[in-house]
Amino acid sequence: MLFDEGPANTLNYMIAGYAVFFTAMIFYLASLLMRYRNLKQDLEVLEEIELHDEPKS
Amino acid sequence: MEAKPRGLKILEAVTVVLFLISLWMVFFYAPVEKVMGEVQRVFYYHVATAWVGMLGFGVALVAGIAYLRTSKRKWDIVGLAAVEISLVFFFITILMGSIWARPIWNAWWTWDPRLTTATIVELVYAAYLLLRQGIEDPDRRARFGAVYAILGFISVPLTFLSIRIFRTIHPVVIGNSDPTATGNFDMTSKMLQTFLYGLFTFSVIFATLLWHRIRLGWLADKVEQLRLKTSE
Repeated sequence: MLFDEGPANTLNYMIAGYAVFFTAMIFYLASLLMRYRNLKQDLEVLEEIELHDEPKS
Repeated sequence: MEAKPRGLKILEAVTVVLFLISLWMVFFYAPVEKVMGEVQRVFYYHVATAWVGMLGFGVALVAGIAYLRTSKRKWDIVGLAAVEISLVFFFITILMGSIWARPIWNAWWTWDPRLTTATIVELVYAAYLLLRQGIEDPDRRARFGAVYAILGFISVPLTFLSIRIFRTIHPVVIGNSDPTATGNFDMTSKMLQTFLYGLFTFSVIFATLLWHRIRLGWLADKVEQLRLKTSE
């Protein structure tokens, strides 16, 4: 039986588990930040277009 | 877009402090489990991320009901934000569980009732995001999203109860496990404190992320409205 004598050596699995956690969190936070920046740029462009269009109408 | 509110800045700072304390508890305060060894520490965030997942799907359910009753756009934005965050956390839950299972069950994956229902939840809500993208009219999309979030939530209590009502290999940490479950352990008081503190910390992390994602949702909504206006 694997666990008959003291704690099993499972350190690598623990490291892998937390590596997955931190990697996924970093990716998600980066995705939030990138989407926020892109939307801000889009908003600026659209507001400029709207401003140019207004005098015509 | 307005500047970041002071409340959000404070919440961010509190979240970072809580999270650092939680990490310290997981790695230094909680003892090593006698049988499983270090991999048992995966349990703290495995359950905490699952809790956030279910919490978010619950928020989406409430937001869906609120949208159908009021037709206010804000509820659609809240629902979408909650689902997106929960999907990420639930995905982490599944991956961390699989890594824990390898040395304990001697398998990365098994089609056990808990693992199967958790996968169904993940797929149900991933479909929510994909299907929303296929609807252009914002009001129709919001109505669809609300109904879907309400119906989709059926899969959440099913997952929670799966290890309590079906014969399963997945352990129940709080409550009685099935005799066939593998990987049970008795929590010491330090383990329990770490576990409960983790649940609290992740609830705060969820609140912080939700606030950010809602702000992003408002910005996306504003851009969409302007796009529709300028294309007319």
